[in-house]
Amino acid sequence: MQLDDLYRQVIMDHYQRPRNLGELEHGTVTVDLRNPSCGDEIRLQLLVEDGVVKDVRFRGAGCSISMSSASMMTEAIKGKPVDEALRLSHTFRAMIRGEDVDTEPLGDLEALQGVSKFPARVKCATLAWQALERAVGSDEDASR
Amino acid sequence: MNAEEIRKDFPILQQEINGHPLVYLDSAATSQKPRPVIETLRRYYESDNANVHRGVHTLGSRATEAYELAREKVARFIHAPSPEQIVFTRGTTESLNMVAYGYARLKLKEGDEIVLTPAEHHSNLIPWQQVARFTGAKLKYIPLQPDGTIRLEDARSVIGPNTRLVAMAHVSNVLGTIHPVREIAALAHANGAVMVVDGAQSVPHMPVDVQELDCDFLAFSGHKMCGPTGIGVLYGKRALLEEMEPTYFGGEMIDVVELYEATWKEPPWKFEGGTPIIAGAIGLGAAVDYLTQIGMDEIRAHDRRLAAYALEKLSSIPEIEVYGPRQGTDRGGLVTFNLQGVHPHDVSTVLDAEGIAIRAGHHCAQPLMRWLGVTATARASFYLYNTEADIDRLASALQTAKEFFQHAIG
Repeated sequence: MQLDDLYRQVIMDHYQRPRNLGELEHGTVTVDLRNPSCGDEIRLQLLVEDGVVKDVRFRGAGCSISMSSASMMTEAIKGKPVDEALRLSHTFRAMIRGEDVDTEPLGDLEALQGVSKFPARVKCATLAWQALERAVGSDEDASR
Repeated sequence: MNAEEIRKDFPILQQEINGHPLVYLDSAATSQKPRPVIETLRRYYESDNANVHRGVHTLGSRATEAYELAREKVARFIHAPSPEQIVFTRGTTESLNMVAYGYARLKLKEGDEIVLTPAEHHSNLIPWQQVARFTGAKLKYIPLQPDGTIRLEDARSVIGPNTRLVAMAHVSNVLGTIHPVREIAALAHANGAVMVVDGAQSVPHMPVDVQELDCDFLAFSGHKMCGPTGIGVLYGKRALLEEMEPTYFGGEMIDVVELYEATWKEPPWKFEGGTPIIAGAIGLGAAVDYLTQIGMDEIRAHDRRLAAYALEKLSSIPEIEVYGPRQGTDRGGLVTFNLQGVHPHDVSTVLDAEGIAIRAGHHCAQPLMRWLGVTATARASFYLYNTEADIDRLASALQTAKEFFQHAIG
């Protein structure tokens, strides 16, 4: 088990300097989510217009994995159509489950691939994505 | 007591995790099991397994005898006046819920008060919230001092003539605070209230004498005291157990069953509906034998020594904030802390890479986390098989974690 596989530089950078942190004045949807088993929490706000994520902000409290995942996610979905954001979410989850996927569309998020080797941290990495899926009405966990 | 020798009784500790000898510092969550307990379970299943209190065959008699002998052992262990005051349950949570549902919900009414502390584990908080919801009783809290302790003068001003029930952990699972439950029980009784003690973190770690504490109910779990998971205990004063209603119904717990009504057995059997946790109880009996043979005074002294040593070691790292009673104040065998700028999950992952198991999170005490002003903490907890060397490994791994994240953050 190599710690450097998990804590890549880009992760620590997003943890230290989270992007899209804050509140949206005219958000169309807000989701508050917490991981009851560990106390991590996130508030995700989206401005969705014409099926496109025009803007996004988040606030939260959690570990480097959950917060960097949220920060990178906001960068990845901003300006994207909702269905593309959802596709990204499915790709991301598949990567975290350790499946062999094309990580190209994930960009920086590929850095979180190491989480698949740390089963205890999977929920940290997917918290923001679960919030996203709930925000656009397609919660993979809820429908299971 | 020689912890190095005791370690040899615990097969699980003889392994490497991520290339390092395992250092297990999460006994407050669950303790490891010594060979005599594992052997007792194996022997029971291999030679005595049968259902209890029914049938007349030899195995049935052996299983029943062993099950009831375990009850006697547990009664002696906490100095209960009789084995009939020991109810076998699934654990502390179930024990406390039985008091809440079978006693408090039926006895309390609007205007009554339930007194707690903000440091309670969710299992000693939510059942009382439910009682309040269903009866109209009110919850009141004895405030915490900055170091997490409670003052008797505060308890005196909160516990009053309307107080019907006081529920409190003997030892806090987060702060390690030892609450003055004997004094609080006296206060409760002076006001006509019953005293419920959550002994999950005390019974495994120190001599607990229910007659000396004069508590009305005591709840604890087997798995935190070298026993199997799935077995716990509710001790109650005889008159209260007689008044208390069963919380589930069915086989084993009945006296006479008619088509439209039924009567129950005497306590404790009326609370043990269905096939009880036979192997679990017998395993707990073996755990009690094991702990008794080492001596609870010895174990308490060992825990105290380790907690003081850990407090000293961790306090010497400037980036570490330790919560709970300061050095020199008596505390249970655990230390809760945070490493500045590093989330406890991340701390825990780095420690795990070095073979060290600690707990990270809210420890089932969200109100207490809010009181501390944090969302999560890290906790190292100790037991009879831990040594000073384990704490040295912890301190050195925390240095590594600190440097790793300082470097990673750049």
